[in-house]
Amino acid sequence: MADDNRNFLLKIITPDRVFFEEEVSMVEFNTVEGEVGIYKNHIPMTMIVAPGILTITQGTEVKEAALHAGFTEVLPDQVTILAEIIEWPSEIDLSRAEEAKARAEERLKERAPGTDLNRAELALKRAVARIESVR
Amino acid sequence: MASMRDIKRRKGSIQSTQQITKAMKLVSTVKLQRAKQRAEQSKPYFNCMYETVTSVLAKAGGLNHPYLKAGASDRKAVIVITSNRGLAGGYNSNVVKLITRGGFSKQDLEIYAIGKKGRDALQRYGYTIREENSDIIEEPSYVDAMVISRKLLDSFAAGEIGEIYLAYTGFKNTVVHEPKLLKLLPVEAPQAEDGDGGRDKTDRAMMNFEPEDDEALDMIIPKYVTSLIYGALVEACASENGARMQAMDSATSNAEEMIDHLSLMYNRARQGSITQELTEIIAGANAIS
Repeated sequence: MADDNRNFLLKIITPDRVFFEEEVSMVEFNTVEGEVGIYKNHIPMTMIVAPGILTITQGTEVKEAALHAGFTEVLPDQVTILAEIIEWPSEIDLSRAEEAKARAEERLKERAPGTDLNRAELALKRAVARIESVR
Repeated sequence: MASMRDIKRRKGSIQSTQQITKAMKLVSTVKLQRAKQRAEQSKPYFNCMYETVTSVLAKAGGLNHPYLKAGASDRKAVIVITSNRGLAGGYNSNVVKLITRGGFSKQDLEIYAIGKKGRDALQRYGYTIREENSDIIEEPSYVDAMVISRKLLDSFAAGEIGEIYLAYTGFKNTVVHEPKLLKLLPVEAPQAEDGDGGRDKTDRAMMNFEPEDDEALDMIIPKYVTSLIYGALVEACASENGARMQAMDSATSNAEEMIDHLSLMYNRARQGSITQELTEIIAGANAIS
């Protein structure tokens, strides 16, 4: 490739603010189809986000955030993540996440009638993503 | 001519009303600044969402997805966003008028009210209020919008309602607010706009979806609806404060005008009474001498 610049623009937008807008060299996150890592010149693609950790690599620097819901639009030189919920590790309340995890596990174990299992499972995934991103 | 005391009392009452309207104007100016900032911050998200949905729909043109066609039911849900408090000029009644003059038949409508003023007015007109979430307009959050959109999408999927509308006041700038009636579901393929921000069209044409189109639609449309509701909440909040600021501004200046007029009348009455007293004294003195 003639182009030496391997960075692309990553935009993370939430309903309340522009969360992140910088040049990055790689971004990794979970989608409903599995984990993905995106470099420059990816084919255009729209993907749905699954709860997990978002890893941003800028040269040698690595940043992490807990990404819970939204979708991503990938273009060769730009990636836009429309995140419904996303948090930096510093914004996460660890004890609350632990509680939520315990609660969701409880619910999944009991399988009481009337529980929305899908929702409990999503809640569990969110809690796990939060906890992992803090560590 | 009214007596001096009457004029003075009236002036005092107008003055204290003016103080209230002045204070309310200041409060809503501050609130407007905050609400406006929020509305502007949510814009990029909304625009991007709109672009994506447009491109998804453009690609999935012939798709036969339940979200893209009207449900079997005749019932229509309308989310009506108004304010909880009055004194905002025509802000609330303009939104209510959208419903009453929107060509809907009263029996088919189910109102999801956000804001007490709109709820009260529509209730008076005899509409069915299905649900009320008036508290959230004070401090709209994305989670609130998610709750509402989930509820509506569930009843849409269950076939209880066939169409979903959104009535709110759009915020153009501080002085221009526009009542809007928006159709949320079924989603109508938006017209492709020309010259959309210099983005490469071929990029969009080549867009792939993961998972496949209809599954992606399943997940994107609820997010799209949620973002529309959230955007409407934020804009309505800004418009409400803008409208109140304007209303209070004109109330304050009207009060000013009335006070000026009354001051003039008061002074005339005062002068009149002095003149009268003088004439009486002079006449009395003349009579004695």
